[in-house]
Amino acid sequence: MQSQETPTLKAEARNLNFFYGQMQALKKINMPVYDKKVTALIGPSGCGKSTYLRSFNRMHDLYPGNRYEGEIRNTNLLAADVDPIEVRMRVGMVFQKPNPFPKSIFENVAYGLRVRGENNRRVLDDKVERALRDAAIWEEVKDRLPEQAPNLSGGQQQRLCIARALATDPELLLFDEPTSALDPIATAAIEELIHDLKKRVTILIVTHNMQQAARVSDYTAYMFLGEMIEFGKTDEIFIKPKDKRTEDYITGRMG
Amino acid sequence: MKALTTEEIRAVIARGKLRDNLFKALGIFCLSFALLVIVALIADMVIKGSERFTLDFFLNFASRRATQAGILSAWVGSLLVMFVTALAAVPLGVAAGLYLEEYAKRNWITTVIEINITNLAAVPSIVYGLLALGIFVYQFGFGQSILSAGLTLALLILPIIIVSTREAIRAIPAMIREGSMAVGATRWQTCRYHIVPYAMPGILTGVIIGLARAIGETAPIITIGALTFIAFLPPAPFAGEPAAGLFDWVMAPFTVMPIQIFNWTSRPDPAFEVNAAAAGFVLMAMVLSMNAVAIYLRYKMRKNIKW
Ligand SMILES: Nc1ncnc2c1ncn2[C@@H]1O[C@H](COP(=O)(O)OP(=O)(O)O)[C@@H](O)[C@H]1O
Ligand SMILES: [Mg+2]
Repeated sequence: MQSQETPTLKAEARNLNFFYGQMQALKKINMPVYDKKVTALIGPSGCGKSTYLRSFNRMHDLYPGNRYEGEIRNTNLLAADVDPIEVRMRVGMVFQKPNPFPKSIFENVAYGLRVRGENNRRVLDDKVERALRDAAIWEEVKDRLPEQAPNLSGGQQQRLCIARALATDPELLLFDEPTSALDPIATAAIEELIHDLKKRVTILIVTHNMQQAARVSDYTAYMFLGEMIEFGKTDEIFIKPKDKRTEDYITGRMG
Repeated sequence: MKALTTEEIRAVIARGKLRDNLFKALGIFCLSFALLVIVALIADMVIKGSERFTLDFFLNFASRRATQAGILSAWVGSLLVMFVTALAAVPLGVAAGLYLEEYAKRNWITTVIEINITNLAAVPSIVYGLLALGIFVYQFGFGQSILSAGLTLALLILPIIIVSTREAIRAIPAMIREGSMAVGATRWQTCRYHIVPYAMPGILTGVIIGLARAIGETAPIITIGALTFIAFLPPAPFAGEPAAGLFDWVMAPFTVMPIQIFNWTSRPDPAFEVNAAAAGFVLMAMVLSMNAVAIYLRYKMRKNIKW
């Protein structure tokens, strides 16, 4: 690993607070997100990983009563005057449970393009194929594009959802425990994919699995009870954590 | 506590099973009673009305002579009124349901609206008739026409359609909505590409249940003044001299099946009871076939929608 390279900043959380109604779920989070790197968010269940991740594409804006304070800078992701839809046009998301639409495989991937007003069949064909190739599922589905997506296996569905997110060329890709519902083989396929994707796109991934964080990420952030306890290079966090709580979690004494 | 002996365990099970069987018998009795009533009703109408099951019965207008009286104007009237009802109630009901589920903010106003919609379904149909008489017939000047009747029944079934639309939308998992919004879709795009298509089987079921209720409604139609004796059909588009307009039929006077039946049962000549029974069976068949269509459509469409 070239430790002297200085990564460029893609986004940065500054004093980010988040509230579900009265309940504060994120407390004064400060964290950089480096360009074309994979950053893993780890921490025990309920510590706010998903909440934090979903701040990056303003998913919380869909529901009444949610409130942010502070900001996520650089891409202006949380600036009050940026339309959340504009943010979501530039930030892709892959969910914990694969959520393909009950439509054809083709339409699932083409959807983001259609939303952007693209209806030219040649352009759609082209971009759908590229996204499916990038998501390493093209060979498996190229002969069955008109079939219903929910008939695919779980691992295939999840890669289809990745293709759906990739089709619109996001700058930042959010993964919320993308492999927790998958078997080990499908998990390995997705991990490999994430590894390839970081050449093009910045990735934030929530994971429950320490080995997975160690395998796929360049940076790791440990969260606990809504706070960011420690952030650093993955090797350093895993080999020599600075905070006692991080060490306890990583070594399995907690969570 | 001491463990139960084998005998004691068996006695407990036997007592439980006795109750199982008692309830099973009761359930079967109640079910067969309900079924028997329906079968008896239908059989009674078929037997009483059997003389009238001829093509003429469907193609003849009402008449003073029972053997020649038919249901032509009634079934045509019923179908046309249903057409207007569906055309008015479906867009209104679906749009209202969609708005309440996908757009409306949760506050006391929407809560009041929601409670009222649920209550509207319980308003006696004659009240809708009175309302429609004042508004559609006199105020808007639609007269005692197919249009007035169709709009009245549309009001009547609006709550059914709104409620079934909302229930169908609520059955769509949040993760589908989030998946759509996550690629940058607006609420409207999410509704158009996902929510409405996926809710369609449930919406259609509600529409058809509503129409099946509307087709049998008598009171509000009498209130707005449907004719009971009518020996002509509404003008078909572009037919006759001078040629009728495309929508002239909506302003025509009309009668519907339940009114025709009611009219025949109130005649002193017992021969008309045969007509009433036969027409009753036809109405029943219309309702049952609408329900069959609903079941079929739901089955067809649901096959492709799973998550
Ligand atoms: N929609 C919500 N409304 C209220 N509280 C929520 C909501 N979603 C999550 N929470 C709460 O916020 C905290 C953080 O949740 P979450 O971000 O899902 O944790 P994680 O992903 O780390 O398991 C938890 O205490 C959880 O109960
Ligand atoms: Mg989570």
